[in-house]
Amino acid sequence: MTEPTTARVRFPTALRGGTGTVSVLLVLIFVVIATQNPSFFEGPPLMAFAKKAAPLVVLAIGQYLVIVSGEFDLSVGSLVGAQVVIAARLIDGDEAMTYPVIGLMLLFGLLVGLVNGLVTTLLRVPSIITTLGTMLILFGAVRYWTGGAPTGALSEGFRVFGRHGPDGVPVLGQIPWALVIAALLTVGAILLMRSPYGRSLMATGDNDTAAAFSGVRVWRVRTLAFVGSSLMATVAAILIGGFAGVTAQVGEGLEFTAITAVVLGGVVLGGGRGTVVAAVLGALTVEALFTLFNQLYLPSTIQPTAQGLIIIAAVAYVSRRGDPRPPTRPRRRPDPPNERQLDSSRR
Amino acid sequence: MTRVVSASRNLRARTGTTGLVYLALVIVLVVGALFVALRGGNLFTAANTVDLFTRSSLLGFLAIGQTLVILCRSLDLSVGYVTALSTMVAAITMAGDPSRIVLGIGATLGLAALIGLVNGLVITRLRVNPFIATLGMGLIIKGYLDTRFQGPGGSIPAEFQTFGLSRVGVLPVSTLVMLALAVAVILFLRRTRTGFHMYAVGGDAEVARLSGIRPELPVIIAHVLCSMTAGVAGLLLASRFGTGNTLVYGNGYELEAIAAVVLGGTYLLGGRGGVAGTVAGVFILATLDTVFNTLSVDPFVKDVLRGAIVIAAVAIYARGQHARTAVRLRFPSGGAPPPATVPPDPPTSPPEAEPAARGGTR
Amino acid sequence: MRASRVLLAGAAGLTLVLSACTTDAPENPDEGTAGGENGGEMSPDAEWFDQAEFGTQMAQRDIEPEGPADEPWTQAIEPEWVDTSDFAIDDPQDAHVCFSNASVSNPWRVTGFITMEQQVEALVDEGRIGSFDSSDAADDDNQQISDIQAFVDSGNCDAIIISPSTTATLTPAVETACESGVPVVVFDRGVNSDCMVTFIHPIGGYAYGADAADFLVESLEPGSTVLALRILPGVDVLEHRWAAAQEVFADSELEVLGFEFTEGDGAQIKDLVSQHLQRGEVNGIWMDAGDGAVAGLEAFEDAGQPYPVIAGEDELSFMRKWDEEGLTAIAPVYSNFQWRTPVIAAGMILAGEEVPAEWVLPQDPIREDELDDYLDRNSDMPSLHYAKFGGEDLPGFPEAWVDR
Repeated sequence: MTEPTTARVRFPTALRGGTGTVSVLLVLIFVVIATQNPSFFEGPPLMAFAKKAAPLVVLAIGQYLVIVSGEFDLSVGSLVGAQVVIAARLIDGDEAMTYPVIGLMLLFGLLVGLVNGLVTTLLRVPSIITTLGTMLILFGAVRYWTGGAPTGALSEGFRVFGRHGPDGVPVLGQIPWALVIAALLTVGAILLMRSPYGRSLMATGDNDTAAAFSGVRVWRVRTLAFVGSSLMATVAAILIGGFAGVTAQVGEGLEFTAITAVVLGGVVLGGGRGTVVAAVLGALTVEALFTLFNQLYLPSTIQPTAQGLIIIAAVAYVSRRGDPRPPTRPRRRPDPPNERQLDSSRR
Repeated sequence: MTRVVSASRNLRARTGTTGLVYLALVIVLVVGALFVALRGGNLFTAANTVDLFTRSSLLGFLAIGQTLVILCRSLDLSVGYVTALSTMVAAITMAGDPSRIVLGIGATLGLAALIGLVNGLVITRLRVNPFIATLGMGLIIKGYLDTRFQGPGGSIPAEFQTFGLSRVGVLPVSTLVMLALAVAVILFLRRTRTGFHMYAVGGDAEVARLSGIRPELPVIIAHVLCSMTAGVAGLLLASRFGTGNTLVYGNGYELEAIAAVVLGGTYLLGGRGGVAGTVAGVFILATLDTVFNTLSVDPFVKDVLRGAIVIAAVAIYARGQHARTAVRLRFPSGGAPPPATVPPDPPTSPPEAEPAARGGTR
Repeated sequence: MRASRVLLAGAAGLTLVLSACTTDAPENPDEGTAGGENGGEMSPDAEWFDQAEFGTQMAQRDIEPEGPADEPWTQAIEPEWVDTSDFAIDDPQDAHVCFSNASVSNPWRVTGFITMEQQVEALVDEGRIGSFDSSDAADDDNQQISDIQAFVDSGNCDAIIISPSTTATLTPAVETACESGVPVVVFDRGVNSDCMVTFIHPIGGYAYGADAADFLVESLEPGSTVLALRILPGVDVLEHRWAAAQEVFADSELEVLGFEFTEGDGAQIKDLVSQHLQRGEVNGIWMDAGDGAVAGLEAFEDAGQPYPVIAGEDELSFMRKWDEEGLTAIAPVYSNFQWRTPVIAAGMILAGEEVPAEWVLPQDPIREDELDDYLDRNSDMPSLHYAKFGGEDLPGFPEAWVDR
C-alpha cells in the first residue's frame, strides 16, 4: 500500500497527465489571442494580463494545497471579499495603517484557515460543508459589520502591490508587483511540495489510511493545508483590492473559479495527484480564456457557455489520458472514521 | 446479489442518523418557538405554519434530487440553472393556455431529464469529475439563458398557478406534492433494485462492480432524477411567479440543497443516508428562515447564523456517525464491509476498460 | 448501454418537440419599435424597448414637478390624485406598517434602506405611524412571495410596502396583498398590475440611460468611441437604461465599441476596460450603474491614456474622483430619496389623505455645476454612499449613514 503512494509522491504520473494537457491548452489560447491581437505579446499588454491573473494564481495555489490533501475550500471567495472590506474599513485611507492592517489580515486569514481545518479534521465535518458554512458566516458577518456595503478606503501604500510595480523596464514597461508575488509564491509552493510536509500532504490526499499508518498526523497536515489556503486568499485579497479598489461585489464566485483553475490543471479532486505548476497553469488558462473571449468580441452572455464546454472537455480529456480511477470515486476521499480508528491503532 | 441482501440488512444502520435529524428538527422548532415567544409572538400561528411549509417545498424538491445524486457519491451543482431554465420552458410552452399545461410539464421535465442524462453520461462515460461536469453544465445553461432570454418571459395559465399558490388547510399543495415525492423516492430507494444499487455504488463502486452491478447506470439514473426534481422546482417557481424568470439561477439553490441533504444526515461521500433525513433537513432550514423572519433578524446576521448552525449540526452527526461506525468495526456483521471502513481510494484501481467489460458480461 | 441509448433517443425526440415548441412560442414585440437603422446592435432590443414609455419619460424630464422643491421626495410629476379615505384608520399612531424588501445587496439599496428607517423614526415621532416591520428576500423572488404572503396571513399589517425584486414575477403576490384589503404601496421596480394604492418611482430607466447617453453625445466629437459597461442582463430597470442609450446612440455619430456585463465587480471592470484600451482608443464610457466606475477610470490611468468622458452615477466614490481629476462627466441619478416616499405615502393613506396613483418622483442628473455642492453636503459620508439620498433633515443625520 505504501509503495504506490511513495511512487506517486514524486508525481511522475501527474506530470504526464494534467500538466501536459493544460500547457497545450494554454499555448493554444495564446496562439489564438496572438492571431486576433498581435500586440498582445508586446510587453505592456502581457504585463497587464499578468497583473490581472496574479490573484487567481495565488488563490489556485492555496486551493491546490487543500484539494491535493483531499478536501475543498469554498470559503475563499467570501474570504477575499471580507479581507478587502476589512482592509478598507480599518485603513480608511490612512497610509500609516497599511502595514499593521496587512498584518492583521494575515492573522485573520490564519484564524479562518485554522477554524476550517480543525472543524473539518477534528469535528469531522465534510470540508464542503465546513467551508460553505464559513463562506456564509464571512459573507454575513462582514456585511453586518459594515452595515451592508463596504466603508472606508484603501491607502495608496496598500494598493501598490496589486496595481503598481517597478517602471521603466525595457520591453516590458512595468513589472507588476503582483507578478513578482505570484511567482515567489509559486516557487515557494513548489519547494513546499518537495519538503517532507509536501510529501505528507500528497500522501494524505492519496490515501489517508496509508498515510496515517506511515506516521503522518493527518489532521495536522490537512489543517495546515486549510491555513495555507486562507493565507493565500488573504494575499489574493491584497492583490485584488490593490488592483481594483473596493467594490461591494469583490470576491464573489472566486471559489468556483479557483477550483476550476486547479482542476483544469489536471489536479484531481479527491486528492493525491497533481502539481503546483499544473494548478498555476490552470489559473493562467482560465484567465487567458476570459481574455480570449474578450479579444474575440464574444458576447458577454455566451461566455459562460464557452467556458463550461471548455472546462468539461479539458477535464474529460485529462481523465481519458492520465487517470485510471473509476469515475465515481475521485470526488472526495476523506473518511473521518478511518482516521480515528487508525489513530487509536497507532497509539 | 449477496450485496443486495446485505444492503437491505444494512439499511437500518445506514438511515440511522435519521432519528438524530428529526431530534434536531424538534430542537430547532422548540428553541425557535421559545425565541419567538420571548418576543411576545407565537411561532405556530396558522400564518407562520403556512410560511414554514411554503418555504420547505421548493428546497424540498431540489434536496430530494440532490440526495439521490449524493447517495451515488456524485454531486449536482447545475440544479439552480436547470430550475431557472425550467421556469422559462414551462412558461413559454404553456403560453398562458390551459390546454398546454400538460405539454408544458412534459417539455420541462423532458428537457430537465435530458440535461440530467448528459450530466450522468459526462460523469460516467467521459469520467469528468461531477463537481466540474455539473458546474460546467450550469455555466453552459447560464450562457444559453442570458443569450436567449432577457429577463422574465412566457406566461403560466391561472389553472396551473394553483400548484404554487393554493393550499389545503395550512398545507400548501406544493408541500403535499413534495412530501408525496419524498415518499415515492423513499420507496424507490428501499424497494427497487436500482435503489439498492445507488446505495451500493455510493458505498463503494468497486465492491458494487464486483457484485455484478453496473456502476454507471445508477449514477446516470440518479442524475436524470435529480435534474427532473430541479425541473419540478422550476415548475413550482413558474407557477408562483406566473411567468418564467432566468435570474432564478442567482439564488444559490444548489448549495442550499446540498446543505439540506447533509443536514439531513446523508453522507457526502455516498452510500449512507436517505430522503427521510433530507426532508427533516429541509424543514430545519425552513424553520430557521421562518423564525428569522418572525424575529426580523438582520439579513446579514441570518447568513452568519445559517452557516454556524449547518456546521454545528453536521459536526454533531459526525460524532454520532463516528461512534456507530466504530462499533460496527469491532463487531463486523459479516458480508461486505460497511462502506465507511473501505478505504475510499485503493491506490491501485483496475484500469478502466476491464471492469466495464466485466460489468457488461454479467 | 442499451438503456442509455434508448434514453438518448427519447431525449433527442424530446428536444425536437421542444425546439418546435419554443420557436413558435410568440415573443411578440408589442409594437413596431424599429429603432435606429444603422447597424443591428444599435437598435434597442424590442423586448425591452417601449417607444411610448420612452417618449413619456423623455418628456417627464422637462416637466416641473408639483410640491416643495426642497423636498423632492414629496414631489410628484403630473400626479393623478386618488382618494384613500376608505383606508383611513382611527388610530394611525398605532398603525403597523410592513415592508417587504427585495434585498439590501448593493450599496444603493443599503443607503436607501437606512434612509427609510430614519424616515420611519421621524413618522413614528410625529405619530403618523406606530411601528414598522421589514423582511428581506435577499434577491430571491420566491422568498419575497413567501414574505408578502406571511405579512398578509399574519393580519398584523395596516399597510404593506413592497419593493419587488422582479417586476413580472412578483405581480401575483402583490395582487394577493391588494386583495387582502390592506393598502399596498409599491416602489422602485413596479409590477404588472395597478391594484396598489400608489406606485412610487423616479422617472425611470429610459430617462437614466438617455441622460447618460445624451451627455456623451454632446461632449464627444463625432466618430468618437464609446464603451458600455452593464451590470447584468434581464433586470428591467437596467435593461431600460441600455435600451434608451441604444436609441440615443443610434441617432448619433458615436461609434459604440460594444457592451460588457461586469456584475459591478471592480476587478472585472478594470480588466475589461484595460483590454479595450489595448486594442484602441476609448473616448467615452457609458455605465448602467456607477458601481466600479472608479476602477474603470483607473484602467485609463494605468494604461497612460487620457480620461474618457464618462457617465457614472451619484455614488460618492465616483463623484470624488470626478472632482479630483477634473473629469468631463455626468452622474445620472436613480433618485435614492425615493426610499423616503413609501413610508410617507403609507402615513398619508392611513390618514385618508389623497396620494398620486402613480407617484413619479423627479430624477435630475448631477452635472458639473452642482458637483461641489453635493460633495460638500456629503463630505462625511462613506465612498459607497449616494449623493441624492435626501436624508439631511431626518433624525440620526449624519451618524446613521456614516456609521451604518
